[in-house]
Amino acid sequence: MSRDASKLVAAASGPWEVVIGLEVHAQVTSAAKLFSGAATAFGAAPNAQVSLVDAAMPGMLPVINRVCVEQAVKTGLGLAAEINRVSVFDRKNYFYPDLPAGYQISQYKQPIVGKGRLLIDLADGTTREVGITRLHLEQDAGKSLHDQHPRHSYVDLNRAGVALMEIVSEPDMRSAEEAGAYLRKLRAILRYLGTCDGNMEEGSLRADVNVSVRRPGEGYGTRCEIKNVNSIRFVQQAIDYEAKRQIALIEDGGSVKQQTRLFDSRTGSTREMRSKEEAHDYRYFPDPDLLPLELSEAFISGLSASLPELPDAKKARFMRELALNAYDASVLVAEKETADYFEALAQGRDAKVAANWLTGDLFGHLNRLGKGIADSPVSAARLGELLDLLTAGSISGRAAKDVLAEMVDSGQSAKAIVETKGLTQVSDSDAIEGLIDEVIAGNADKVGQYRAGKEPLLGWFVGQVMKASRGKANPALANELLRKKLAS
Amino acid sequence: MPANKPSEIDTATVRRIARLARIAVKDAELPALAKELGGILAWVAVLDEVDTAAVAPMASVHDEVLRWREDRVTDGGYSADIVANAPAQEAGFFAVPKVVE
Amino acid sequence: MNLPASISEARARLADRTLSANELVRAELKAMAAARPLNAFITETPEIALAMAGESDRRLARGEARALEGIPLAIKDLFCTKGVLTTAASHILDGFQPTYESTVTRKLWEAGAILLGKTNLDEFAMGSSNESSHYGPVKSPWRRAGDNRPLTPGGSSGGSAAAVAAGLALGATGTDTGGSIRQPAAVSGVVGLKPTYGRCSRWGIVAFASSLDQAGPFARNVRDAAVLLRSMAGFDPQDSTSADRPVPDYELACERPARGIKVGVPGEYRVAGMPPEIEALWQRGCDWLKAAGAEVVEVSLPHTKYALPAYYIVAPAEASSNLARYDGVRYGLRVPGEDIQQMYEKTRAAGFGCEVRRRVLIGTYVLSAGYYDAYYVKAQKLRRLIKQDFQAAFGRVDAILTPTTPGPAFALGEKADDPIAMYLNDVFTVTANLAGLPGISVPAGLSADGLPLGLQLLGPAFAEETILTLAAELERAASFTARPEPWWRLP
Repeated sequence: MSRDASKLVAAASGPWEVVIGLEVHAQVTSAAKLFSGAATAFGAAPNAQVSLVDAAMPGMLPVINRVCVEQAVKTGLGLAAEINRVSVFDRKNYFYPDLPAGYQISQYKQPIVGKGRLLIDLADGTTREVGITRLHLEQDAGKSLHDQHPRHSYVDLNRAGVALMEIVSEPDMRSAEEAGAYLRKLRAILRYLGTCDGNMEEGSLRADVNVSVRRPGEGYGTRCEIKNVNSIRFVQQAIDYEAKRQIALIEDGGSVKQQTRLFDSRTGSTREMRSKEEAHDYRYFPDPDLLPLELSEAFISGLSASLPELPDAKKARFMRELALNAYDASVLVAEKETADYFEALAQGRDAKVAANWLTGDLFGHLNRLGKGIADSPVSAARLGELLDLLTAGSISGRAAKDVLAEMVDSGQSAKAIVETKGLTQVSDSDAIEGLIDEVIAGNADKVGQYRAGKEPLLGWFVGQVMKASRGKANPALANELLRKKLAS
Repeated sequence: MPANKPSEIDTATVRRIARLARIAVKDAELPALAKELGGILAWVAVLDEVDTAAVAPMASVHDEVLRWREDRVTDGGYSADIVANAPAQEAGFFAVPKVVE
Repeated sequence: MNLPASISEARARLADRTLSANELVRAELKAMAAARPLNAFITETPEIALAMAGESDRRLARGEARALEGIPLAIKDLFCTKGVLTTAASHILDGFQPTYESTVTRKLWEAGAILLGKTNLDEFAMGSSNESSHYGPVKSPWRRAGDNRPLTPGGSSGGSAAAVAAGLALGATGTDTGGSIRQPAAVSGVVGLKPTYGRCSRWGIVAFASSLDQAGPFARNVRDAAVLLRSMAGFDPQDSTSADRPVPDYELACERPARGIKVGVPGEYRVAGMPPEIEALWQRGCDWLKAAGAEVVEVSLPHTKYALPAYYIVAPAEASSNLARYDGVRYGLRVPGEDIQQMYEKTRAAGFGCEVRRRVLIGTYVLSAGYYDAYYVKAQKLRRLIKQDFQAAFGRVDAILTPTTPGPAFALGEKADDPIAMYLNDVFTVTANLAGLPGISVPAGLSADGLPLGLQLLGPAFAEETILTLAAELERAASFTARPEPWWRLP
């Protein structure tokens, strides 16, 4: 991996390199929990989606959910990772009110997925590989609410036992931008696979961020872990804050203490966690209520065959078959919904034109409305109709932009808008010649200048004709006819 | 005896272990507990007589593989039962002394 | 009314309507009330028992009797019973009323059995004398000849063993993690059967050590134990360690001849200091089986001496984790504290007794950073060697015969100050738990001072039928008919 000097952080004593690794907790998309039959849906009444197992009632036992296993394996395959034929569930022992059993069932020494990799797409159109250390399955904890009562915390176990995939990266990232790109790409892959909805607001995707700093070329520095950051923007803010904090500490002659920190989204800063001051000793051991998880070759190859085309493959295909550039292709594949939309739109049409209208015009409108592509008021089929009108020369490019705006606001089809508003382009030579004659007659001075050699005035004449036609004249035809008339 | 097996347990260790296990132990109880636990650990150290370098640990007596359940919602929906035995509950939540993070 | 002496007899009398379930239950409830000095029950459930008897009588009248219709049972208070206080004999489960029924007890009720009450035990089943119960020890119905000192009924399932021995129930459930069914059965003069790990579901049984715990029956005779096991056993999809295999008719096994069965006698069980009367009993057992046509041969189980120390690493380790859920948040005792940590520490200090605390601390220690490999992994390796010993032996023999305990019941308080001396009570039983094998204890004679002694048969995994066949043979040969004098009944 090449080291880009621009990523280094300058300080009084010289440049620092920031080293970042991410542990992402991705909620597995499944109907029921990892080890119980209770529902996983978001937003239920307190303790309504809790089984006796989730509440760790005496004598309750876990039974693993097939789909959660499948989802983890699919994700592993999507990260080009080793799938372990035998993995083991361990108990991670610690006390916390939202951890009912006093242990979390997790995978410690033998995770279901081993080493893999992920390509991140950077703003300049280049890519970089980030190593995946492992992926394991574990239970989510419940939720503690600390702000409902002056002296009590409230515990809701609805989330307790929901399946999570913990996806651990190598410490391969060197900037907040790279960390953001990693999270965006990981989220895209999870969504393509359908193994996690990637919804950070609802907590389906949370990141623990490991940050350390070092002099370029030296060994790793002491790292701090920032727990449970729940948006890409916050992850980036947390990294920038934490890197500055650590550099300042060292520059002032101090040293970084390994610790767990919390990110405060109101101030954009991190602070040491108060509650977990003591050293952790999780006393992992294999959960005696479960047996080793064994996967057959047929099971893995069946899932492998069912995998959809993933962003990198799709991007390569767009570049190869549709002659898109790397930047456009990455933008189009970043979200599965965008890629699907684009493929429907580009079907039988000019891919470059389709890409421009989608990522330029339609995205502009969606941004304005604060909507995602999935909620677009203009479907791919509808936008395709508009592009067809444009390609056929039935409307001008300018008119097309107005029509799209109208489509977004009214939900009407392009044809309907064009007809109602009389925007059909005038390609009738006689009508345009009439307008040209009027313009020439009214601007004898400009005509003189043009004929005296000031040829750039042609554009001005075209503009006048377009104006006279209220935008409906076919500009190419107007141009051609003007040239002839002015020359004669 | 491997180096990482202490020959006896001191009171600081007992205090640390009791803390990990979240069991309050009075200082006065520590010496007796240390002696008791030390005695048991010395007794189980007889296992070190056996060379187990080539033996894989056995976590379960079963030769079977883990069975899987189907991904169906078959449980839950009885929040009243879940909190029925709670020493303190408010509005359907378990209530505990305030936790500071 | 004459109480029936066995489940078989009760079934016959209930079937021919010479006895009603209501009469039977009332008689047992009366006996229980009279036997309260034994402290065998933590909770008596007369209303439930009578209601269940009513249902049984209606079914008997309609000719719709199920396998255990009308049979009153005592249930170890480690099995969760819906709406009935379930304590594990621990202060920390104060007031806990499960909203669910354990699989084993559910199956028993579905077979028509009747709940008399929840029996006393060592706290969380940790103990061999019943002295660690928060509710006080059970007193054995037995006394030494000419000595009125109270004796232990054994443990941890002491209340169940005592209830069956004293005629307070026709049968009982127990759980066996290191010998907690077989050892109290032996010293209380009843039959106790620990099935193969996975044979009975663990769902709804308060966990002690998950990889070792197994439920099983207590009964007056071998056939009754077989009858109870048939209703208790079976696949449970809610228990990942439950065995998905059919349940045979164990009762039939009690009728089969022992002829031709090969029985091993492991030399390693002839421990130094074994009392001569135990050795003599063991020899008699061999002779009885030979007389019945079985072939008795020496076998070797070389790692036997490591079983108990390995057990005292594995069981406390699992227990330390299994008992973490008792934190004062969702059920049971809560002792307030200034903050959550203090609440945990005070609750667990007040809620757990000395033996439980000792094991939780040992278990926490052996799993803690730096010691895990030296203790826990080492013990798991020994466990494999112990299992391999049995596999090798069962390549040559069909079952193994040993004494159940190193001696008869001891007096309450006699071993209370020496945990290791107490642990040694399980020296012959713990191997079966480590290897997951079935074992049964059969009353086989009396000690010099008139106390019951038991012989143990161990079999390969899921060979319950083989050991039942041999156990029935031992029972016939031993013709153990001694009963304790009912000293506990108030005049």
